[in-house]
Amino acid sequence: MIENPIITIKDLDLYYNDFKALKNINLDIAKNKITAFIGPSGCGKSTLLKSINRMNDLVDGCKIEGEIALENENIFGKMDVNILRKRVGMVFQKANPFPMSIYDNIAYGPRTHGIKKKAALDEIVEDCLRRAALWEDSKDRLKRSALGLSGGQQQRLCIARALATKPEVLLMDEPTSALDPISTGRIEELVRELKKDYTIIIVTHNMQQAVRISDNTAFFLLGEVVEYNDTQKIFSIPADKRTEDYITGRFG
Amino acid sequence: MMRTGLDELLKELELELIHMGEACTLAIEKVTKSLKNGDLKQAKKVREADEVIDGMEKDIENLCLKILLEQQPVAKDLRQVSAALKMVTDMERIGDQTADIAEIIISENISEQVEIDTINKMATAAKKMVRDSIKAYVNQDLSLAVRVIEADDEVDLLFVENKKDLIALLLQNNGRNGERALDLIMIAKYLERIADHATNIAEWVEYSITGIHKKGN
Repeated sequence: MIENPIITIKDLDLYYNDFKALKNINLDIAKNKITAFIGPSGCGKSTLLKSINRMNDLVDGCKIEGEIALENENIFGKMDVNILRKRVGMVFQKANPFPMSIYDNIAYGPRTHGIKKKAALDEIVEDCLRRAALWEDSKDRLKRSALGLSGGQQQRLCIARALATKPEVLLMDEPTSALDPISTGRIEELVRELKKDYTIIIVTHNMQQAVRISDNTAFFLLGEVVEYNDTQKIFSIPADKRTEDYITGRFG
Repeated sequence: MMRTGLDELLKELELELIHMGEACTLAIEKVTKSLKNGDLKQAKKVREADEVIDGMEKDIENLCLKILLEQQPVAKDLRQVSAALKMVTDMERIGDQTADIAEIIISENISEQVEIDTINKMATAAKKMVRDSIKAYVNQDLSLAVRVIEADDEVDLLFVENKKDLIALLLQNNGRNGERALDLIMIAKYLERIADHATNIAEWVEYSITGIHKKGN
């Protein structure tokens, strides 16, 4: 169903010790599209999201079988984790700016990857802040602490920071759940805008958000993908009764 | 698990649609009777009922908007609400057309009743279509909705047949039945339109069940 996938997940099982958190996941993620992962808490959607840039490797007792390929290359193979995370950025539920200036928040990643020249960094900082629709709000206070920004601005800063390493994929774990409707609207607008240049996977508990911004939606239940389809289809004529029950709020 | 708020509102919507559907079928029934027996009081009642039907349309529209706003339904729930929003437009038109027929009966000045069998048949068929289309919605009965859609062809055939009957009527008594024949062709046309609206309703019922509106389109 997905043409030109950027990520291919094949027969993926994930265990936290004895608990099988993901069961036989097979999923292709379309390039330059927004894919939403939905499902009740504990269904495995965030676990899968984190697996895509190998954040679960740090968890004690975590065992992964199967394959996730980024542009046909298995991320659990020879690929350097730092390179993987440069190519696959992550934005979390709670905005987590580093306790440093707005400028340094953005420049942090590129510096780690060896960019030292001020002119180059200046350009990256401006470009990323513009892409994250934060430039106008922050251009006069780049040297000030990022912690002085509002919640919505902090989340946009985190998106800008994720963009600074020029990723191909952006993973977003409930990026607006702690934001007011206006900030949420701005992030959603931004995400749609970013789709031109990036592939985005977003975990959301907000059904309407999934409908508004995503192209494809995967519904997870008890560690499995129950249904994966065009978002319009999922929310107008879901094929599986469990999907219907969940999205219409009759689950359980 | 029930989703109490939404389920209650959907039930309310269903009941209001049943009431509106009943009002429409009753109007068809009354107007057909008064056509037969020239009962002007009955015809006037149908004209008044049109306003009631208009009010029902507004109420159902408001209820649908309330459900959309408060409950943000998706999937089958969304299809049911959007189907209802479209259906009431057709039901309101059915109310208009029965009132138009009533108007003809009230304004025509002929004491002699001329019964045209094809018109009676059309009225009976149209009434059944309207009733069944609403029933199909309430019971989410796809095969009944499909039968309503198919029944429209029969009403169309009756309309063609009716023209022949009316030409015969025109030719009787040196054309003295001319005015009556013209009125009856209008009435037949209204009945044919009522059947079309019932078909539209059934097509929206089909959509609310399958997610597909008008097969092949």
